[in-house]
Amino acid sequence: MPTPNRPMIPLTLSAYTLVTANGRGVGAVSQALRERRSGLKPCDFEDALLKTYIGRVTGLEDFSLGADLEQFECRNNRLAWLGLQQDGFMVAVAEAIQRYGADRIAVVMGTSTSGILETEHAYRNRDPLTGSLPPWYTSRYRYTHNMFSLGHFVRACVGLQGPAMVISTACSSSAKVFATAARFLQAGLCDAAIVGGVDSLCHTTLHGFSALQLLSTSPCRPCDEDRDGLSLGEAAGYALLESSERVRRKGAVALLGYGESTDGYHMSHPHPEGAGAIRAIRQSLDRAGLQPSDIDYINLHGTATRANDSVEDKAVYSIFGDGPACSSTKGWTGHALGAAGITEALIATLCLKQGFIPGTLNCERVDPTLHSRILRENEDRPIRRVVSNIFGFGGNNCSLVLGVL
Amino acid sequence: MQIGILGVGLLAAGLEGWPTGRAVLAGTRPFDPCTVPDPDASLLPANERRRSSDCVRWAVQVAQEAMAQSGLDPREVATVFASSGGEMEVLDKLCRALATTERVVSPTLFHQSVHNTAAGYWGIATSCQQSSTALSCYDDSCAAGLLEAVTYACVEERPVLFVAYDLPAPAPLNGARPIASAFATALVITPSMIQVLATADVTLTAAAGRDVSHAFSQEFERLRLDNPAARLLPVLQALAMERRATIHLNLLDDQRLIVEVESCRN
Repeated sequence: MPTPNRPMIPLTLSAYTLVTANGRGVGAVSQALRERRSGLKPCDFEDALLKTYIGRVTGLEDFSLGADLEQFECRNNRLAWLGLQQDGFMVAVAEAIQRYGADRIAVVMGTSTSGILETEHAYRNRDPLTGSLPPWYTSRYRYTHNMFSLGHFVRACVGLQGPAMVISTACSSSAKVFATAARFLQAGLCDAAIVGGVDSLCHTTLHGFSALQLLSTSPCRPCDEDRDGLSLGEAAGYALLESSERVRRKGAVALLGYGESTDGYHMSHPHPEGAGAIRAIRQSLDRAGLQPSDIDYINLHGTATRANDSVEDKAVYSIFGDGPACSSTKGWTGHALGAAGITEALIATLCLKQGFIPGTLNCERVDPTLHSRILRENEDRPIRRVVSNIFGFGGNNCSLVLGVL
Repeated sequence: MQIGILGVGLLAAGLEGWPTGRAVLAGTRPFDPCTVPDPDASLLPANERRRSSDCVRWAVQVAQEAMAQSGLDPREVATVFASSGGEMEVLDKLCRALATTERVVSPTLFHQSVHNTAAGYWGIATSCQQSSTALSCYDDSCAAGLLEAVTYACVEERPVLFVAYDLPAPAPLNGARPIASAFATALVITPSMIQVLATADVTLTAAAGRDVSHAFSQEFERLRLDNPAARLLPVLQALAMERRATIHLNLLDDQRLIVEVESCRN
């Protein structure tokens, strides 16, 4: 990737909202971060009998979508709906529609498994004679499990008519939405974009990661010398991205750069030297017109698997040395997979806004083979530039640079 | 947005490979969709090919065909893979396993279930470390993917491989998403207009209405409507006929991608 001639135009996050196992809305999430209160609990998802911890969003089983959204009814869209209701996000979008028009706002969402839980349930209810799936499922597949369901749902909920798509590149999905939206804005395809991601718990990922022997039996311990795997979580997050001068106020948080790459190595193991990760991070710095020394904090992908944390450390150390503070926030939220990108981009935004850095929760003793400056305790100090890393299956990597204007 | 097209890949029953498909689409060869192709996707390492789904082999086959024609080094080319449903065959197997009491899931099957499986295997086969995006927009996945690819080429000023593919889901999942025939196609898109097969001017406009395709042969209409990836057929036919054409691709109910294709052969 050649170095861009000039940095990209910063894109202001003029509104944002987040729901994780730590609570509903950015207030609840930042309070949990400051109080070092994890959202991980022993797995009580449906009838899954797995000895692991999960970051489940409470209350998702207790309500239904309204009659006008009935066809979208599934756990993933209920979580998507809950996310939209927090932090005045719907009002901010309504105001943006007033400013730009409903057809000038793009919707770019990320998810890895969409509403697959519906399909799992449908397969348990196949017709005993014909083997066919129940009609309540087949008639709603488009609105629940199909990969575009989330994009369709968000667009319908907020009443938008601009371009839309769902990016699904496993764990990097809702980090890459920032890159696509940035390109759409630069190309003039839209005047603003809602980016975000929603991924919800399901048996596919619980049993799939269990089969890969990547689930920890305790709450995940990123960067700890005894870390033994990840904890799954679920989350919904959205940000309204705008490039206009009007929202480019001093003190606002903006996307300054993005970097996208692949490992070209293996479907589920990271490249041993972190080649793809290095490429993504460098590209994000280049697009932001920043040097590694300009970065105050790195929110690591930090899944707490042996391989990820060690390879990510190699990549980060090779670029930043032991300069910036590094931490993983997965000990709070669990790994929200396709929603991890937006979750951690918004946690980075909260850190920039409030002037603090979360120390890695559950990391009792930093793995001595890691060389980056891994933070264990929270620090209160103003920061101006953050890098957020997300790496996923298929060797798909994305790094974002966020900063205070 | 102005782009050049450097290579084309095509695979469907009766349209097996671009040289054959081009002749069929240009009307110089009869359309005979009786035999379903079984692509070997020779670029995939033997191990990966044995384990990979039909979806992966179809997507990689058209990708390698388009890439070979482009003459570009695949390691230098970013990718955009568009599919409505992705790995439906793998999802069927997973959901069957999850419906048993034991719920034993194969780890290989699990990592092959992601929407970016074909994109990931392409990257592994070519050692490509460029950006790779996999996306969906239900029936309009092809238009959304083309928009993403063209925008990438123009904004990042880099070549990009665009692949669109959807395969019929196995029973009983086909009850949820009935697609009758498989279709995969690929375009190598470049921001440069030099030494290209064709150029295209792509614009996005807010407009209601269904796909409009001028002078598109009706014999391919059923295929075009059956498979989301086949929505590119009018563009492919214009490329095959080496003639100027304006094609409207529907993007959701209220946006439209207008593709003005012009051949550079003459």
